[in-house]
Amino acid sequence: MARIIVVTSGKGGVGKTTTSAAIAMGLAKRGHKTAVIDFDVGLRNLDLILGCERRVVYDFINVINGEASLNQALIRDKNCNLLYILPASQTRDKDALTHEGVGKVLDELSKDFGYIVCDSPAGIEKGANLALYFADDAFVVTNPEISSVRDSDRMLGILSSKSRRAERNEEPIKEYLLLTRYDADRVKLGEMLSLEDVQEILSLELLGIIPESKSVLSASNAGIPVILDEKSEAGQAYADVVARYLGEKLAHRFIDGKQGFLRRLFGGRK
Amino acid sequence: MVNTSPTLEFKSSTFFAPILILYTNDMIAIEQTLYEKINLAPDFFKDSPLMIDLRELNKLNLDLDFAQLAQLLRRVGFFPVGIRGGNEQQNKQARALSLPIDTVRELGNSIIIGETQKQESTQQSLTQPEVAAIKEPKEPVQPAAIPPVSATTILVTQPIRSGQRIYASGDLIILSQVSAGAEIMAEGNIHVYNTLRGRALAGVHGNTAARIFCFDLQAELISIAGDYKTSEDLNKQTYNNPVQIYLQNHALIIKEIA
Ligand SMILES: Nc1ncnc2c1ncn2[C@@H]1O[C@H](COP(=O)(O)OP(=O)(O)OP(=O)(O)O)[C@@H](O)[C@H]1O
Ligand SMILES: [Mg+2]
Repeated sequence: MARIIVVTSGKGGVGKTTTSAAIAMGLAKRGHKTAVIDFDVGLRNLDLILGCERRVVYDFINVINGEASLNQALIRDKNCNLLYILPASQTRDKDALTHEGVGKVLDELSKDFGYIVCDSPAGIEKGANLALYFADDAFVVTNPEISSVRDSDRMLGILSSKSRRAERNEEPIKEYLLLTRYDADRVKLGEMLSLEDVQEILSLELLGIIPESKSVLSASNAGIPVILDEKSEAGQAYADVVARYLGEKLAHRFIDGKQGFLRRLFGGRK
Repeated sequence: MVNTSPTLEFKSSTFFAPILILYTNDMIAIEQTLYEKINLAPDFFKDSPLMIDLRELNKLNLDLDFAQLAQLLRRVGFFPVGIRGGNEQQNKQARALSLPIDTVRELGNSIIIGETQKQESTQQSLTQPEVAAIKEPKEPVQPAAIPPVSATTILVTQPIRSGQRIYASGDLIILSQVSAGAEIMAEGNIHVYNTLRGRALAGVHGNTAARIFCFDLQAELISIAGDYKTSEDLNKQTYNNPVQIYLQNHALIIKEIA
C-alpha cells in the first residue's frame, strides 16, 4: 500500500509545485517507487518543473474518464526511473475531477507504488479538497508571512474535518510544516515572520526550512527538480526534508542564515 | 425466574444530517438548485437525510406547501427527517407526514465541526447545507413538553483551526489552541487551556452565569449571553494572560487568574 502525501497550502504561489517535484524526486532517489500527481487542472505546471512537458500524451482526467489507462498516462522521469508523473490536463474543466474518479486512480496506483505525492492547487475549492481527501500525510507549505500562515491554518482545519480519514473516524492525517522561501536576512530585519512566529500559530512538526534561493528558478527553467542541485541550499534543504520524513533525525539548518556572512563576503548566493 | 433478556433498549445518540435552509418558495428554482448541488457531490447527497429549516422563508412571509416540498425532496433523492422553524400550517403538514418537529434549539444539540458559511451565500435562493448534528428523533413528538436538554460537556483535544466551528450544548473544554477565524460556542461555560485567538461565545442561550476561562487571551471576540467585546475593546493588561470572563450587571468583567 502506498503512502499518500498531499502538498497543500491554501495560498497560491508559495512553492507547492516546487516542493512536490523535489520531494517526489527525493523519495524516488532513495529507492521508493513514487508517483507525483498534478491536481491543478487547467494550470499545468508540474510537468514543466520536471521537464517532461513535451512527453505528455494523456493526462489525469483522461485516466479518470477511462480514455487512457494509467500506464499510458504515467510518464517515467528522465533522471530517475523510480519516479513517475501523472500530469494535469490543461484544457479540460475542473468538474471532471470527481471523488470517485480520483479514488479509483489512487487505489490503482497504491498497488504498485510506495509513495504518491499529490500537488494541490491553491485555494480551498474542489481541486484542493480532492487533493487532500485521500491523504495519509500532509506537507503544509507556508511562507513566512501572515497571509500564508492564516491560509495554512485554514487548510489545517479542512485537513482535520474534510478528509477521508476524518470522515471514517480513522487516525487523523499526519500534518507537517514546510517553511519555504525563507529569507533569514529579511526575518532579522523584521520584514518576515520568524520560525517562532509561524509556529506560535501553527504548532506543527517542522519538516524543514527551505531558504529563498535563486537556484529554484534556474532549476525550474531547466526542468530539473531543485533537489538534484546538490550544491544549492534549497536542494540540500529539500534533501533534509525527505530524510526527516523518512525518519532520520537531522538538525534544522538555514534558520538564522549563518551562511549570510560568507555570502556577503563572496557576493551573491548560490 | 423471570426472563431477563431485554426486548429493546433506548440509547441517546446523535447523527449528522445536512440542514436545508430555504430562501424561496419557488419549487422549480429549488429543484434546479438541488440538482446542481447534488451534481457537485453526488456521493455526499445520495440518500442523505435532510433537516428542513423554514425560518428564513417564514421571515420573508413566503407561503410554502410543505407536503409538496417533502415530495420534491424525496424525488430528488433525499430523506427528509424533520422540520424546524415552520409555521402552524407547515408543522401540521409535517405531522401528517410523520416528520418530527424540532422546536428546541438554534443549532442542534451537540457538536458542530465544519466550515463556517460565508455570509454572501445567504443571498442565493438556497445555501449550501450546513452540516449539523441533530438529536435523534425522540419517541412521539410532543413539541409542547420537551424535557430539559441534558447539558453535556464536550472535550476537544485537537487544535480548532480558522474556519472551524464548535458548538456544545453544555460546557466546552478545549485543550489545544483556538485559531483566529475559528468560532467556539457553548450554552454553558468555555474553558480553553491554551491560546484563544478566535471567537468564543459562552451562554449562547442566555445563561448569564456562564463564564469563559482561557490560558492566554488573544481573542477576536468574547461574548457571554450576548454581551460581547471585540479584540479592540480588550485592554492590554489582560491581553496575553490567563483570565476568566464573566458578566456582572450586563458588563463583561475580565479578570486575571493568577
Ligand atoms: N525556495 C524558493 N526560493 C525562490 N523561489 C521559489 C522558492 N520556492 C518557490 N519559488 C518560486 O515561487 C514561484 C511559485 O512556486 P510554485 O509554482 O512551486 O508555487 P505553487 O504553490 O505551486 O503555486 P500555485 O499556487 O500557483 O500552484 C515560482 O516562481 C518558484 O520558482
Ligand atoms: Mg502549483
